Amino acid sequence: MNNLFVYCEIEEGNVADVSLELLTKGRSLANQLNCQLEAIAAGTGLEDIDKQIIPYGVDRLHIFDAPGLYPYTSLPHASILINLFKEEQPQICLMGATVIGRDLGPRVSSALTSGLTADCTALEIGDHEDKKENKVYKNLLYQIRPAFGGNIVATIVNPEHRPQMATVREGVMKKQILSPDYKGEIIRHEAGKYVNDTDFVVKVIERHVEKAQNNLKGAPIIVAGGYGVGSKENFQLLFDLAKILNAEVGASRAAVDAGFIEHDRQIGQTGITVRPKLYIACGISGQIQHIAGMQESSMIISINNDPNAPINAIADYVINGTVEDVIPKMIKYYKQNSK
Amino acid sequence: MNLKIVVLAKQVPDTRNVGKDAMKADGTINRAALPAIFNPEDLNALEQALRLKDQYPGSTVTILTMGPGRAADIIREGLFRGADNGYLLTDRAFAGADTLATSYALATAIRKIKDFDIIIGGRQAIDGDTAQVGPQVAEKLGLPQITYAEEILGINNGRITVKRHIDGGVETVEGPLPIVITVNGSAAPCRPRNAKLVQKYKHAKTVTEKQQGNLDYTELYNKRDYLNLVEWSVTDVNGDTAQCGLSGSPTKVKTIQNIVFQAKESKTLPAADREIEDLIVELLANHTIG
Repeated sequence: MNNLFVYCEIEEGNVADVSLELLTKGRSLANQLNCQLEAIAAGTGLEDIDKQIIPYGVDRLHIFDAPGLYPYTSLPHASILINLFKEEQPQICLMGATVIGRDLGPRVSSALTSGLTADCTALEIGDHEDKKENKVYKNLLYQIRPAFGGNIVATIVNPEHRPQMATVREGVMKKQILSPDYKGEIIRHEAGKYVNDTDFVVKVIERHVEKAQNNLKGAPIIVAGGYGVGSKENFQLLFDLAKILNAEVGASRAAVDAGFIEHDRQIGQTGITVRPKLYIACGISGQIQHIAGMQESSMIISINNDPNAPINAIADYVINGTVEDVIPKMIKYYKQNSK
Repeated sequence: MNLKIVVLAKQVPDTRNVGKDAMKADGTINRAALPAIFNPEDLNALEQALRLKDQYPGSTVTILTMGPGRAADIIREGLFRGADNGYLLTDRAFAGADTLATSYALATAIRKIKDFDIIIGGRQAIDGDTAQVGPQVAEKLGLPQITYAEEILGINNGRITVKRHIDGGVETVEGPLPIVITVNGSAAPCRPRNAKLVQKYKHAKTVTEKQQGNLDYTELYNKRDYLNLVEWSVTDVNGDTAQCGLSGSPTKVKTIQNIVFQAKESKTLPAADREIEDLIVELLANHTIG
């Protein structure tokens, strides 16, 4: 009772990275709260799913394995969480800020009249003093998220209502297996006790999922371009540099909106969060929304002909010049010196 | 088939074009510096509703918005583009609502509207980016939901088919009416204002606006009932004030901080051959690259 729950998303038998990241975060929060970490897996054909989940330090895994639970639809998964939470009374529930998590979370929070904070970038435990009520709440979940188009960061708490619910985007937290031999309890529930037949009213007729075309999330080096790159053709220079450095190419929202490059390479608050060892920002001015998605890079090089570009403030090296001028030189001197 | 469609629309500050004066020195938002606009994805939702109306003549599109008095602009904007009528949910009791209290208020208003087949709104509003109100309204009304919609493909035998975006792909789903749908920004853009409709509705006003204007056009408004925009208070929709606004919001804002990034000590180089070569050599030497 009163434990921390993580809802695990499953696509074709694989637990989503974002869910594993949340299990890692959930484990450390549970340690702080001195409670157990519990996980929920709902789908079809989940015989071995525990092997992917328990090693992250999960003490109890709730499995709902039944036909019709995959692919995901809103109502059956919502009923599972709502009814399970009525029994288990979790203090915290975390899920991915994915299409599924953002479809499911609000529905569950509404049914349980609990608070939900979307797209958190940090989760912490702390106390909260309500001065008006003269009350102190111990060990609440601080749900920290950007707001107002990324211009401010707000810390949200849910003093009275449980569970405290939050969604987090993929890549924001780090995933790490706690122990391959971790011992957790596996509870296989009878889905019919939690889900009504009427929950299956929405049918998936056709489904088409493609594997990611790039490996931005895991790339150790990223060459990213912004509006200042100027054109689709100039982006080719970034691809050339990326090729010799074994890097991936990313972009700011402005470059994507301008049509220089496809949307799935967007880095930032509304795109992917990355933390490579080297981030080469080309013609990126450095809007807050972009910086939020790459500021944890170990080293940042900014190539910009505007010496006052905001991104320069967080860069280790600033090269004052244009992309057309600087990148060919980088390629040339890399080739000359790398052997 | 005559569909009754309710479009949920929100007036939002335009957070996409935040200038330097958008934040005050004390770190709070300077709302006056941000224009109030029709939430972009709600316009995509309106377009989907209007397309259904085109396809099934005799259908009606109703705008439902919650906000202060000036949010009546949202209803007028909807009317200019082809909506048939609208309701402004406005009351001090609604102020300070988080998504749960907002969806409670909207659900009470939708129950008062009573007769509906489709509730449709944008996936999320740009001032909060939560995407929560749609599903929460659906839950409060006990209706199924289809979120992240790209396009309504058709309606057959009381079931609606929708193409929706999912992570890494698309799917087509089908569900029964009545239903709640939320629409993505990548869906078809909304049609522009129609000049004739602008002429017809430009004087559409709420009771409050008419009082503020202090002009007596009683006769005109009596004759042309479509110019009377309906305002609903919490009492009008039989709302429980304990579930509205700040008191109905389980989430509380503990602190707000202006974003300040830790500036590093950076080294600035000119774009000259020698400096770039030195940098590359250094990066190779410390194994950052290569």
